[in-house]
Amino acid sequence: MTSGNSFLTRQELLGLAVVSLLILVVLPASVDIFRLNLIGKYLTYAFVAIGLVLCWGMGGILSLGQGVFFGLGGYCMAMFLKLEASTPEATKIQSTPGIPDFMDWNQLTELPWFWEPFHSFPFTLVAIVALPSLFAFVIGAAMFKRRVGGVYFAIITQAIAAILTILIIGQQGYTGGVNGITDLRTLLGWDIRTDSAKYVLYFVNAGLLIAVIVAAQAVRKSKLGRLLVALRDKEDRVRFSGYDVANFKIFAFCLAAAFSAIGGAMFTLQVGFMSPSFVGIVPSIEMVIYTAVGGRLSIFGAVYGTLLVNWAKTTFSETFPELWLFGLGALFIAVVLVFPNGLAGLYRSYLQPHVDRLLGVKKPADDDEPASDAVPEAAARAAE
Amino acid sequence: MNTVAPTNNDFLLSIEKLTVSFDGFKAVNDLNLYVDENEIHVIIGPNGAGKTTVLDLICGRTRATEGSIRFRDKELTEMKEHEIVRQGVGRKFQNPSIYEDLTVFENLEISFPRGRDVFGALTFRRDDEVVERVREISRMVFLEKLLDKQAALLSHGQKQWLEIGMLLIQDPELLMLDEPVAGMSVSERVQTAELLNKITEGRSVMVVEHDMKFVEDIAHRVTVLHQGKILSEGSMAKVQADPKVIDVYLGH
Repeated sequence: MTSGNSFLTRQELLGLAVVSLLILVVLPASVDIFRLNLIGKYLTYAFVAIGLVLCWGMGGILSLGQGVFFGLGGYCMAMFLKLEASTPEATKIQSTPGIPDFMDWNQLTELPWFWEPFHSFPFTLVAIVALPSLFAFVIGAAMFKRRVGGVYFAIITQAIAAILTILIIGQQGYTGGVNGITDLRTLLGWDIRTDSAKYVLYFVNAGLLIAVIVAAQAVRKSKLGRLLVALRDKEDRVRFSGYDVANFKIFAFCLAAAFSAIGGAMFTLQVGFMSPSFVGIVPSIEMVIYTAVGGRLSIFGAVYGTLLVNWAKTTFSETFPELWLFGLGALFIAVVLVFPNGLAGLYRSYLQPHVDRLLGVKKPADDDEPASDAVPEAAARAAE
Repeated sequence: MNTVAPTNNDFLLSIEKLTVSFDGFKAVNDLNLYVDENEIHVIIGPNGAGKTTVLDLICGRTRATEGSIRFRDKELTEMKEHEIVRQGVGRKFQNPSIYEDLTVFENLEISFPRGRDVFGALTFRRDDEVVERVREISRMVFLEKLLDKQAALLSHGQKQWLEIGMLLIQDPELLMLDEPVAGMSVSERVQTAELLNKITEGRSVMVVEHDMKFVEDIAHRVTVLHQGKILSEGSMAKVQADPKVIDVYLGH
């Protein structure tokens, strides 16, 4: 009972060690830089999937719009990089030198005001996390304080994803439109397109991912984590136990948004561009599928689920480009119908007993006895 | 909304001129009801009499159309649900409402009145005080041997006790129970009556119940509701003898 208080159990420490070993040692040692960069890109989606474990798996708040926060984080980073790439010297053939090329093509003659702060790297770093969190806070406060939840919340988040995509595509001069923000070259003078830079960025990304795993684990292990599970199950009981339920939901949603945004920023750095195709409905739903495949309650599962689905996506889409989408749909149906607990559920049923034996963890006492046995006999006699 | 000037008195809870209407239908109609300190006050009445609605109104789940609910001279009708709870009003629902995925211990721990905001919940420590209190309450509600069990695996009666325990750990001054013995076995019913008599020290309990035998065992005072109004009030013996009550509820 008191073990619930310790930060990481032995199994969880092992899980953290295995995932760290995989992404820090095994993968970098076994694939070339092209594939490693691709894996790095997949791992940026794992940030979103981990956020969804907290928000959806534990708290029961299904967001079909996490691409919004991934995209906002990514766009913040892309704006900084684009400004760095758009020096007056580099853009001297434009009619207005010193502004991003797509603005020039769209007849803009000066940098829009909201681009100005992104000249500053510290501001950009803060904005990457703060802007999406703030946006999540506004959405969360508007929805959860009015007790909008469940399917309605999911639909609204999806609508927001659609609106943001349309907005980005429509405001071509300010956002780069459907092509997104491309041709990003350097970060504070450091060329991010070289192989060595890609190695460094992969490890920065992996390190951040491990930090996010640990942070998510800390939240899961706190009373707040148990409260999320409690309010998924019986929201009214939590409310009538003296908690302002909306605040906890807002917190979970904002945290998931912040995680997603970090992933988005790392995506921009590793892939070299950001476009509305990572913001809209389709990527947002794919991200939910990663979480579902991993087992929506498992933080480690989210990482493996993301890697597995994306590996399958790359492999199949290279071989059968037309069939891939059907495959993804079938996978989601299979996860829901056959393995509702995803990879984490399979691990628990087949592997964990062996692992526990190796670790010397005792199986919890048998809970199979009928519950009614627990009624003290004396009381039963008194009832006669 | 609150045009009624509430009277000051020594009651723990005073409900005055309380009315709630749903699309013109008055579920509770101009109701006056008072609960004393350390009193077990039972509300009975036929289906649709407004019993559960009264509890909903007190705990803020339903908003009053008119009238006042004063608890320790604080008006509850304007407060949010969690604020009402923090004033010392606990509510148990009709169907056992517990967190099935958590253990009995965790269910009780969540109800422990500390760390109720986001930051507090993140930094909450399971210290000796919490463990001690959870054990104490679990003994009271006959669950001390089941603390590590997942709540979903409890029997129906044990779930009801767990929820009562979750309320007791908050140490409310007013505890509201909606049909606490519905679906319980005879022995569980007897234990629950004992439990209620034990926990009423230092607090008042409001109970909605249909089981007349159980009401007789616990009630200090009984209010009979009918169509949102009070039909009769007083001791169990008095209301049982009341011809109006026999007519609409108890039967001849």
